[in-house]
Amino acid sequence: MQLIACPWCGPREEVEFSYGGQAHVPYPDSPAELSDEQWAHYVFFRDNPKGRFAERWNHSAGCRRWFNAIRDTTTYRFERVYRLDDPKPLATELASSRRSTAP
Amino acid sequence: MTSPFRTPDGGRIDRATTVEITFDGQTLPGHPGDTLASALLANGRHQVATSIKLGRPRGIAAAWAEDPGSLVQIEAPFPEPMLLATTVELYDGLVAHGLPGQGRLAEVPDSARYDAVHHHVDVLVVGAGPAGLAAALTAARAGARVALVDEQSEAGGSLLSGTDRLDDAPASQWVAAAVAELAAHPEVLHLQRTTAFGSYDDGFVLALERRTDHLGTGAPRHVSRQRVWRIRARSIVVATGAHERPVVFADNDRPGIMLAGAARTFLHRYGVLPGREAVVFTTNDSAYDAALDLHHAGVQVQAVVDARPEGSPRRDECEHAGIRVLSGAVVTGTQGVERVTHALVAPFADGEVGASSAIGCDLLLVSGGWNPAVHLFSQARGRLRYDETLGAFLPGEELDGLAVTGSAAGGFDLAGCLADGQRVVRAALTALAIPPAGEDPLPAAPEAVIPAAPLVLWRVPDTSGAEGSTSFVDLQRDATVADIARAVGAGLRSLEHVKRFTTIGTAHDQGKTSGVLTSGITAELLGIPVQDTGTTTFRPPYTPVAFAALAGRDRGRLFDPERVTALHQWHVAAGAVFEDVGQWKRPRYYPQPGEDMEAAVLRECAAARTGVGIIDGSTLGKIDVQGPDAAVLLDRLYTNLMSSLKVGSVRYGVMCGVDGMVIDDGTVFRLAEDRFLVLTTTGGAAKILDWMEEWLQTEWPDLRVHCTSVTEQWATFPVVGPRSRDVVGAVFPDVDVSAEAFPFMTWRDATLDGVPVRLARISFSGELAFEVYVNPWYAVAVWQRLLEAGRPYGITPYGTETMHVLRAEKGYPIIGQDTDGTVSPHDLGMAWAVSKKKPDFVGKRSFARPANADPLRKQLVGLLPVDRETVLPEGSQIVEFRADGQLPPPPVPMLGHVTSSYRSAELARPFALALVRGGRERIGDTVHVPVNGTLVPVEVTGSVLIDPEGARRDG
Amino acid sequence: MAELLRTHPLQAWHAAFEQLPETVGIAVEPYVAMVDVRLGTVGAQTSAALGADLPTAPNTWAPAGSGRAVWLGPDEWLLTSTTEAPEELEARVRAAVVPLGGSATDVSAQRIGLRLTGARVRDVLAKGCSVDLHPRVFGRGSSAQTTLGQAGVVLLALSDAGDDVVVLVRSSFAGYLADWLLDAALEFTPTPTS
Repeated sequence: MQLIACPWCGPREEVEFSYGGQAHVPYPDSPAELSDEQWAHYVFFRDNPKGRFAERWNHSAGCRRWFNAIRDTTTYRFERVYRLDDPKPLATELASSRRSTAP
Repeated sequence: MTSPFRTPDGGRIDRATTVEITFDGQTLPGHPGDTLASALLANGRHQVATSIKLGRPRGIAAAWAEDPGSLVQIEAPFPEPMLLATTVELYDGLVAHGLPGQGRLAEVPDSARYDAVHHHVDVLVVGAGPAGLAAALTAARAGARVALVDEQSEAGGSLLSGTDRLDDAPASQWVAAAVAELAAHPEVLHLQRTTAFGSYDDGFVLALERRTDHLGTGAPRHVSRQRVWRIRARSIVVATGAHERPVVFADNDRPGIMLAGAARTFLHRYGVLPGREAVVFTTNDSAYDAALDLHHAGVQVQAVVDARPEGSPRRDECEHAGIRVLSGAVVTGTQGVERVTHALVAPFADGEVGASSAIGCDLLLVSGGWNPAVHLFSQARGRLRYDETLGAFLPGEELDGLAVTGSAAGGFDLAGCLADGQRVVRAALTALAIPPAGEDPLPAAPEAVIPAAPLVLWRVPDTSGAEGSTSFVDLQRDATVADIARAVGAGLRSLEHVKRFTTIGTAHDQGKTSGVLTSGITAELLGIPVQDTGTTTFRPPYTPVAFAALAGRDRGRLFDPERVTALHQWHVAAGAVFEDVGQWKRPRYYPQPGEDMEAAVLRECAAARTGVGIIDGSTLGKIDVQGPDAAVLLDRLYTNLMSSLKVGSVRYGVMCGVDGMVIDDGTVFRLAEDRFLVLTTTGGAAKILDWMEEWLQTEWPDLRVHCTSVTEQWATFPVVGPRSRDVVGAVFPDVDVSAEAFPFMTWRDATLDGVPVRLARISFSGELAFEVYVNPWYAVAVWQRLLEAGRPYGITPYGTETMHVLRAEKGYPIIGQDTDGTVSPHDLGMAWAVSKKKPDFVGKRSFARPANADPLRKQLVGLLPVDRETVLPEGSQIVEFRADGQLPPPPVPMLGHVTSSYRSAELARPFALALVRGGRERIGDTVHVPVNGTLVPVEVTGSVLIDPEGARRDG
Repeated sequence: MAELLRTHPLQAWHAAFEQLPETVGIAVEPYVAMVDVRLGTVGAQTSAALGADLPTAPNTWAPAGSGRAVWLGPDEWLLTSTTEAPEELEARVRAAVVPLGGSATDVSAQRIGLRLTGARVRDVLAKGCSVDLHPRVFGRGSSAQTTLGQAGVVLLALSDAGDDVVVLVRSSFAGYLADWLLDAALEFTPTPTS
């Protein structure tokens, strides 16, 4: 049972949280102007990286606030959590992986 | 009764008390403090059962959970399969029998209680041997919150099995003092009979406490029999000791063959001689203790067979005691059937075995070295390294928050283990910023005798002619050296594959004795270093855990919460038959004497369509939406326009996901310019609130609007039918309930004896109907007022089944029943509810995708079985005959499926709603639905089957 | 007509609660008016308008008049009153916070409160709550929104000794949680009936 650190409530068991998929996928400004393919990319397509991934989480059994997290998909480790109004992480942070994933 | 193999004194058993047990039908005496295994041995019984595949006699081969031999089934006082005789504590009235590898589940329900407890500590120490006790004392003295768990019935670990002295006194005195000191610290939780069976993320450890198993019939009923401790530790100290490892040789599985250390345990802890004439076969010095201790206890030790050519410095000690020591020799095989009678001993040099000779014995002790119990470390993803000197896998890296100490870390001298236990916990405390106590003494231990180097020997070459087929690696699986050779011969290289090919390590004991042997033997056969073979993955649980313990208290009525409305007791008293709607218990129908569901529902429907009915609709989701931008939010989330709704009015709306598929529907009340009440489906309540919050928090934080769940703030009672106006008018005389003053899709506030009530003209049946909203504190009182007022009109409470029939007759879909996440508002025939004026709303862009305009999309239609008799099962497929009137050959193309199906009182026939490909184009067609092997012809109709003009809604 | 009578969701459990030993007392907090307050920023202006301070530290609560102000989120509080009717409380709080850009919603019937008192309270809660409730970290004034058993709850610490805790639970889950608590308390009951 992993702990996830809610930016407000602090560390809680993972079952108190729900997953919200990839972070920083904003609703398009003018959907009507998008091609079907562009719209389909917004609706259906998400990254699936090995390593660090910026994700959305919701403390659904607690304060019900959404927040973002950088999690390593190979180790499940939460590298950090940040609030929705915090800046988007730099590509360099997502590219580097602190822990070797070799067995 | 006397036990012939019980020593005259010594051991930690309560000799003053005798208990009686029954094993395989034989009554045997024992003492509290015994295990079933020690009691059997005390009575001269080694064989417990026969083996799973080969039926070979098997006995007690170890003294605790690593034993691969002594599987038993408990019959009384409580049936339980697959336990080890070595871990079953003795109590009066115990009835058990040996098991040939497989148990049998109890046929009676388990009436015992099980529970779980969460516990948080600074330091968790696993294992109450010398290292663990030293660690726990240091942490406790520093004032830390500590948990110390140990799987045995009492603390002490290896100190229980030997003759060690601490502070110049028997070590047991120090153990007792340590336990007493820990008990005096209020922040220490010390649990014996508690196995830490799994190590997980972030310092989370699961431990199973056997609380009342050892009490037998005396176990109190209101205390849980077993408890799962869910321990969250900032730091973990693993002091789980080591398991002795056997050496594999031909016929190494006979009863009477056991690990050397186990014999010491049986002698010192339980006061039992495991035999009269012993041969000790070893590769290291530790077995000399067993030889000498047994000798002093009166056992005839026939020989110590030491595989090392140079033998041991302890040879002199043995020979002084008159024990023959054969250095550079091995046991090559054994004789005997139900008990070992001879050990076959042969010279051994440079891997070559000489001619063997038989030595008579009834006990053959074996030691091939020690495997540190690294399970918890490995489960926490710690890497292991192979130590060539010890022939064992040791923790190979430092983990954050988890330290291994004592013999689990490869330390095997007492003074060293004590000091190391203290050292690792001090480091842990420092990391937690907890300063150590000033006074923190360790007991004085005698100076360690440095042992001679052990020989790493996995197996003795098989000279018996059996080619390894009787050289058992995993006794529980009857898996042998020959099986490993076959696996390697078949080309398998990975130990994980060898494990699965041979099944070694997959039995009850999960390879505690066989795992490392398999690594060693596989490496030997492949000619590669053992380090390269590694071990198979250690997975929880360390020892078996009953499903009942994992289920804990989440069974019976606590298995899944039942949500109920304020009227629940009334519904129960009224004889309602309930239906589960999510976690809600909702009345499905209210049968009168002699009525089945069909009769009750026909009666309830008729009342609502011709008189007046009433239903508890309190489970409907309700969300209060407040703020200057409330209308903006709703315009973005509903497909239709909500900002144009007037205060005092109600509008039906549909919500879609970004993919344009319907996710929920319901009515919206405009309470004020800046305030709405949103109603959702019962199942959609939490989901839609979360949906609104998600958009508000993540996309539109600039909107000045807040959403609050008020689902349980408002009890909701639809009063339905042509006479509903009379009933509501009677209860609320101050409200003008006429169609002119109180039109359809409007709401009014009222009071009842000073209590605020909200009334609305909404209909989910097509009939004249009012919804009554009130604080649930008053729900029972208001419900009874309505029933009282309705009595002259025969007001009829109805349940969800009738509600479904009434709404389906009007073609109103239930989101989640008539839709499945692939259905758009247009598919439901609700293009009218999709705004063309709004520049955007969630889902709008998806409506413009070509797939959404495909005329062959599945659309909601009505179905009327032509026979006017068949109620089509919901979920039935719909098929079509070819033009020639024949069913197409398989695979028969599917047109869609039945989503709702009922018998209609009003239509006097069954009807259904269905999603049918190109359905609206097919209205008037006949299609077929397979029901119980026959094809039922059905006519496709529009989805509204009753009052399509809407003439009834105003009464 | 007679006055409209109120019915509490746990009316049927009163007798069972009364049988509990002092070490695990359970008392129903009856008919408390509660309002859910949403407000972006709080300060002296809010306190003046409300006549109470809204705590800004997560996982805390504070006394507020006759009731309590419970932190539910960075912009959300539960404000309770034992002296006002639900509609009175909502009207008063709305008048105070709407001009400040906030909102207020009557949620009096959304939850019920149970007050747990006695030396075994922590042991009972530990059977289904994964949050650390040790007095070192959960003293008076602490709160936690979490799950107890399978029900969402808000826990309020009323003492520094861990022996006085209020559990707020959704009304529809009240019966489940009452059953759950009675079952959890069974081992501390000297003469169990089952």
